[in-house]
Amino acid sequence: MSDNLHGFHYHKDSDAIVTITMDLDGPVNAMNEQFRLAFTATVEKLSHEKPLHGVIFASAKNTFFAGGDLKEMLQCMPGEEESFYELVQGIKADMRKLEHLQVPVVAAINGSALGGGLELCLACNYRIASDKKSTLIGLPEVTLGLLPGGGGVVRSIHLLGLQKALPLLIEGKRMRPAQALETGFIDHLVATDEELIPAAKAWILQTPEGWQQPWDRPKHKIPGGDVWHPVIQQTLAAAPAMLFQKTRGLLPAPERILSVAADVVTVDFDTAQRIESRAFASLVPTKEAKNLITGGFFQMNKINSGASRPRDIAPRRVAKLGVLGAGMMGQGIAYSAAKSGVPVILKDVSIDAANKGKAYSGMLMDKQIARGRASEADKEALLSLIHPTQDMADLQGCDLIIEAVFEDLALKHGILAEAEQYLAENGVLASNTSTLPISLLAEGVKNPQRFIGIHFFSPVDKMPLIEIIRGEASEDSTLAAAFDFSQQIRKTPIVVNDSLGFFTSRVFSTYLDEAARMLTEGVDPMLIDNLGKQIGMPVGPLTVQDEVSQQLADRIADTHKAMGVFCSKADTSANAEVCGRMVKEFNRLGRHHGGGFFDYSEGGKTLWPELAKNFASQAIELDHADIKDRLLVRQVIESLKCLEEGVLSSVADGNVGSLMGIGAPTWTGGFIQMVNTYQHGDLYGPAAFAARCDELAAQFGDRFEQPQILRNNIANNAFFH
Amino acid sequence: MSNHAYIFDAVRTPRGKGKKDGSLHEVKPTALGAGLLRALQHRHQLNTANVDDVVMGCVTPIGEQGSDIAKTMVMYADWDESVPGVQLDRFCASGLEAVNIAAQKVASGWEDLVVAGGVEMMSRVPMGVNGGAWSNDPEISIHTGFAPQGIGADTIATIEGWQRDDIDRFALQSQQRAAAARDAGYFDNSVIPVVDRNGAVILARDEFIKPNTTMEGLGGLKPSFAKLGAMGFDDVVLKKYPHLAAINHVHTPGNSSGIVDGASAVLIGSEAAAKANNLTPRARIVATAVTANDPTIMLTAPGPAAYKALAKAGLSVADIDLWEINEAFASVALRFMKDMGISPDITNVNGGAIAMGHPLGATGAMILGILLDELERRNLKRGLAALCVGGGQGIATIIERV
Repeated sequence: MSDNLHGFHYHKDSDAIVTITMDLDGPVNAMNEQFRLAFTATVEKLSHEKPLHGVIFASAKNTFFAGGDLKEMLQCMPGEEESFYELVQGIKADMRKLEHLQVPVVAAINGSALGGGLELCLACNYRIASDKKSTLIGLPEVTLGLLPGGGGVVRSIHLLGLQKALPLLIEGKRMRPAQALETGFIDHLVATDEELIPAAKAWILQTPEGWQQPWDRPKHKIPGGDVWHPVIQQTLAAAPAMLFQKTRGLLPAPERILSVAADVVTVDFDTAQRIESRAFASLVPTKEAKNLITGGFFQMNKINSGASRPRDIAPRRVAKLGVLGAGMMGQGIAYSAAKSGVPVILKDVSIDAANKGKAYSGMLMDKQIARGRASEADKEALLSLIHPTQDMADLQGCDLIIEAVFEDLALKHGILAEAEQYLAENGVLASNTSTLPISLLAEGVKNPQRFIGIHFFSPVDKMPLIEIIRGEASEDSTLAAAFDFSQQIRKTPIVVNDSLGFFTSRVFSTYLDEAARMLTEGVDPMLIDNLGKQIGMPVGPLTVQDEVSQQLADRIADTHKAMGVFCSKADTSANAEVCGRMVKEFNRLGRHHGGGFFDYSEGGKTLWPELAKNFASQAIELDHADIKDRLLVRQVIESLKCLEEGVLSSVADGNVGSLMGIGAPTWTGGFIQMVNTYQHGDLYGPAAFAARCDELAAQFGDRFEQPQILRNNIANNAFFH
Repeated sequence: MSNHAYIFDAVRTPRGKGKKDGSLHEVKPTALGAGLLRALQHRHQLNTANVDDVVMGCVTPIGEQGSDIAKTMVMYADWDESVPGVQLDRFCASGLEAVNIAAQKVASGWEDLVVAGGVEMMSRVPMGVNGGAWSNDPEISIHTGFAPQGIGADTIATIEGWQRDDIDRFALQSQQRAAAARDAGYFDNSVIPVVDRNGAVILARDEFIKPNTTMEGLGGLKPSFAKLGAMGFDDVVLKKYPHLAAINHVHTPGNSSGIVDGASAVLIGSEAAAKANNLTPRARIVATAVTANDPTIMLTAPGPAAYKALAKAGLSVADIDLWEINEAFASVALRFMKDMGISPDITNVNGGAIAMGHPLGATGAMILGILLDELERRNLKRGLAALCVGGGQGIATIIERV
């Protein structure tokens, strides 16, 4: 007997086992409107099915079940929480009905079961997965600013206990099937998809009727104890502080998960489900959820799937990479490439310098070996791919040569021209510059159409982003090659057009500049630095300037002045002035030159006691909210200007680039996405952001004036997509 | 106010070390408190039927300290059946809160004779075992920015620029003053020895004082709250105090209040009660106050509470002859003296909880008794006792000899 219930294929076999093969419209099964219809109808039918010995949930797709319908959730606005509460309560009522069938129900998991997908599995009595490499299992809702609202928090705690479940929920960990088995989300593994249904039927046939979920049995206790257990109390007392250390109180989702988890170990199963639904509904319309879903998920996927890569050009792989300069950046690039199996020629002026650059890779591998994450063999294999040299001719036949030498135009022109002749046919020449225009560097090469900027971030081995800068003459195939190489070494490439500071450096410079301005106005420097962290930037602006070094900032300013382009894009005059005086007047060149804004010792860092009085005539008090907004809004406005001027070709490049390259706070979803969900008074979105710009401009200067693109979008009632 | 509230007597047990090797560990909390009730009864030939209420502070009212230990004590002390009892909890202020409520009952004219005090046997019912949503429920703790109070104490020191030496020096002075006062017999009239069921003495004098304390010894102790801070609570506090680079963890077991067992009881009543029961007023409770400020730093409200009480009494700082501030942590006492602009020469002159210990629910009434004894010994007029309190609260009571 077979039936199709809104995309759920319902088939009952001779053993009275019903197999539900989920095949909703579209590429994946998701918890959308069609699912709700199908699930309700299926559970209803099952509840009247007689005889019934068991039920199997299977999938007709490559994945088992993808989870919630994120597009639907993005539509939910503040004030509409209740409708989402009702919606998830409806799904959960059907899940409870399924659990109350009193016959064994098995999930036959043939591919990824994430979020709502795993929640559906947890409402089954037994979970069998095929052990495929591509399968991911977990509850990653928190990474989208949400919580598992389909019973995921409640069931994972009742199944695994609070202490085991909490980290999975709060980190949103996604696991391979074997790890999910070890964790307890999965009960049984089979090798292939073909074995799934037979294994499921075999388990049903050996399992008695009247089957109940553990939490529905009379003497059920949560593993590890409930709220009265001292260890659980300690866990709950410590968890908020540990979480705060990670999120600085800027992400509501993990806080809400903690809150629900505490209730799960306090009240009964069904009451906890209700509490979970309310908490879920409260998160759906938040700006954080919208930003994480839009910037952190959809746009991140879009960028990683090649949206910024020219189409119709065959993909290429680099078989031999040349790196010019074995300094901090060069050695990091060499490591990252070798780590992905790319042979590297690491060239410096002396073999000693080149060897030293290679030794950096050895040091990184030693660290991993010490942590048990790599073996001596891995280290040897990686090091064997890096060939240090002082001889340009060794670059012969490189598919890609990246220069990472000192930021000096004449030096770069010379070295690029020399290296160019050794490129393989159709090979690409690239510069890792962060301060010099690509088109200006291109004047020194023979084939500017095969020249491009590939901007890495420091430390290269940790930073996941690459900023590809297309010069005026760079060809599509050159861009495609740079893009493919980025992905070959497992980094995320954004593509921007050539303009002073490109995108990331230009935007980031405004963070430092605004901090310098406040310093000269007389704001407490410690406050400036700490409030930078409080908005969610990874490091305070004064601390990061110390790391980058005042010396470098001063040199860049001098270079830009000599080129006649100083402050032609972002206004960095305040920071240039401050760093200039730090270097030339006070001989404080930066952390690695003996100290900058801070003094450094083994005990940590302390403010240079002379700082405030050397840069401000008097101390002033500013509203903390204004200090924070000045540091944040400058960067957002500069990002919008990059979009307006075409430095950015897409909003996605700007959001992903700011998240991964600048350290834009996670909650923003990227500096452009932040505008879409901005709230100010009763205003929402671009209009709200514009209103805040107006206030800041009136109080602090015209650098906060709305960029034209913002005015245009407001006039067109448009968001930034 | 229709009536004056007088203090007729203020007694306390000696404070025993609050661990299993403490002398009082073998005593039940109910028995410890009942012993003081019996002492009051005998010292004043009191007809207990005339007592309108017994108000007792207890901060960990669970297990053998649970279910209204005040009434339990009254029954166990064989007081008249007509005497009720109520246990209250305002954290560390509970003992003084009991006194203040008793004073308010009498001053309102609605009751005439009340016993107030507190009991806490930290060796038997450890601090914190009663849980509480503020610290233990993530929703509440996140919403309110909860951090353990030791970190608040360290934050006060950081804000004020007090280094470890400044903090330790205060602790050393507390030890020296307490030892001198005990050895000179200043506490003898009010400390009631704890006896066993046969009448044999278990503990007669405070045992927690360490008279041989040195700066070197104190300096060798490890900070108590650095670990908790590193776990994330420092960040929670720093969010509210972004002017600070980091929190300097200066408090140790040596410069924080000791964990001890103890109980206290104060006999408070009206003029009419004095006459009816043949009691002699020793002092009048002039004014009481409670207030609160930032709950995260938690320990800076004693000053504001003291000012509030002074204002209510129509007095100024200069009108107070002696001060008692509970030494929950050294920085709390230092901050109080700074806030009030008062000299260490007239503050905690006989030491405090750093030396003698802080039996949470009992301490408030203990320091009030010490203050009264010392006013009498020095023949001075007015004193003020204050404590820092969980949740950012502060409490103060002003007394005046009559």
